[in-house]
Amino acid sequence: MPKIALPTPLRPYAGGRDSVDAEGTTVGEALAALTAQHPPLQRHLFDEAGRLRSFVNVYRGDEDVRFLDGAATPLAEDDTLWIVPSIAGGAPTTEEAAPPLTNDEIRRYSRHLIIPEVGLAGQRKLKAASVLCVGAGGLGSPFSLYLAAAGVGTLGIVDFDVVDDSNLQRQILHGTSDVGRKKLESAAARLWDINPNVRVVPHDTRLSAVNALDILRDYDVVADGTDNFPTRYLVNDACVLLGKPNVYASIYRFEGQASVFFAEKGPCYRCLYREPPPPGLVPSCAEGGVLGILPGLLGVIQATETVKLLLGIGEPLIGRLLLVDALGLRFRELKLRKDPDCVLCGPNATQRTLIDYDQFCGIPHPEAAGPSEMSVEELKAKIDRGDNFVLLDVREPHEVEIAALPGSVRIPLRQLPEQLDRLDPAAEIVVHCKLGPRSTRAVKLLREAGFPRVWNLSGGIDRWAERIDPGVPRY
Amino acid sequence: MIALDEAQAATIREHGLRTYPEECCGALLGRFVDGLAVVELAWPIVNVRPDTRRRRFLVDPRDYLTVEREAARRGLEVLGFYHSHPDHPALPSEFDRQHAWPNLHYVIVEVDAGVPREITSWLLSEDRSIMREERILPARRTA
Repeated sequence: MPKIALPTPLRPYAGGRDSVDAEGTTVGEALAALTAQHPPLQRHLFDEAGRLRSFVNVYRGDEDVRFLDGAATPLAEDDTLWIVPSIAGGAPTTEEAAPPLTNDEIRRYSRHLIIPEVGLAGQRKLKAASVLCVGAGGLGSPFSLYLAAAGVGTLGIVDFDVVDDSNLQRQILHGTSDVGRKKLESAAARLWDINPNVRVVPHDTRLSAVNALDILRDYDVVADGTDNFPTRYLVNDACVLLGKPNVYASIYRFEGQASVFFAEKGPCYRCLYREPPPPGLVPSCAEGGVLGILPGLLGVIQATETVKLLLGIGEPLIGRLLLVDALGLRFRELKLRKDPDCVLCGPNATQRTLIDYDQFCGIPHPEAAGPSEMSVEELKAKIDRGDNFVLLDVREPHEVEIAALPGSVRIPLRQLPEQLDRLDPAAEIVVHCKLGPRSTRAVKLLREAGFPRVWNLSGGIDRWAERIDPGVPRY
Repeated sequence: MIALDEAQAATIREHGLRTYPEECCGALLGRFVDGLAVVELAWPIVNVRPDTRRRRFLVDPRDYLTVEREAARRGLEVLGFYHSHPDHPALPSEFDRQHAWPNLHYVIVEVDAGVPREITSWLLSEDRSIMREERILPARRTA
């Protein structure tokens, strides 16, 4: 009859013997005979589903039966089976250290708990997780609303802005009564109302190369909800340096794109765009506009990707760029590859710290207004004095329809190169757009084309409406 | 109850310090004296986990067999195993409980920022539901 040799911890169940006889022609039969003789062995050797526990090794001679035929491995009369423990253990991992759910939370998250892919363990992961949302604007609104509702334990928000009327068309985190209030305050109040179990951590600051690493360090996932290139590169670089996933989206008019940049597993934003476009070339939403619903679509995609990353389920958007066209309602996908020469995440990366992102993106320092800048107050004085000059408006016709300054020459920026003959090279020209970026490009273009006396109106028609003439509508 | 004298405790602490921030592990050999498990030798073993050694340890089954043979050769019993919890209290984790064997003493040493702290000892309940802490007697009591 085959014998089974027992390790020290199991011998007490067999009267202290170090081996027992067990009838059977296979490993499975012999083990069944063993547990029939000594029933307490059943729970120590097999799990609730009747499978051999992972830390129980059974050898026939010197061969692990897992590499033979498992329970069906044949046994001869004179064979000996050895039960050999794997001794294993360890400190709690983050997952095990995840906080339990209260009964209130179990009721609140029941629609999650009954999805097998989430379940109690997944919901506890969400509760233990921390996510940073950069910007409480168009993308940050649906993103933070859904993550708070989903039960993400800690939600950090970076924003320094105040709620403005023009935000309300898309930033559904804020309401009409919040206009003039700090976005952070308005956001915290709304998120608290949605789910008081979530800890909202406000970061009342502009994210910069000085503070980014310290702010991002404590979070598991970072979502970029900003609308400018310096911050986009800053968030990307800080995430790569800290080894965090960066859930990215951007929007413009009817189009959006989204991806997950996670340098440990795929490309980063710099692998996609090595360098930012020249300033003013790609208009921001403030300059070019955006369908209010679009950040809803893209922000919800960011929230979905974040929850997937936290739960470790599904296929993340790593190495893929999702292109959303709301007008055609089409979703396209581009494959992204890691740039082997990426200065940040490539094998020969040279950049190990954060840099000056305004300079990198060619944006002049706001205080260091160049010699080509003119303030709205100076323009007002010029008009009042009756100076002889040309006021050039480089905005699009549909913007001129909303608001315009009297007496201006209107040539949209994109038509300016062909319409230079409408302007006198000897004349003094003051160029404006809505906020400044397009007129900055126009000034550069005119100077290069041989117009020496060209000025850029700082802050555009928006600042004129703000400081000089409240009768001009702001849009 | 388990008796662990200062020399054996020092071996465990020193091992935890050496492998920090990864977990160390080892066997406890000794004998039973009036129901008391008296440790005579704390025997360091290599943690063979291929990954996450900061949070996990694993004794190779072949090393386990060597431990049993060596114990028999010296006329000792395999009383249990020890391991360290780097930067974590000396409390058994859920993973410790799930992987525990009955009748073995599980000694845990906390190593906090590279400094060994508390040593505790635990036994799996017969129904496998919990790890119960047991007293550690500092003095060696041999027959």
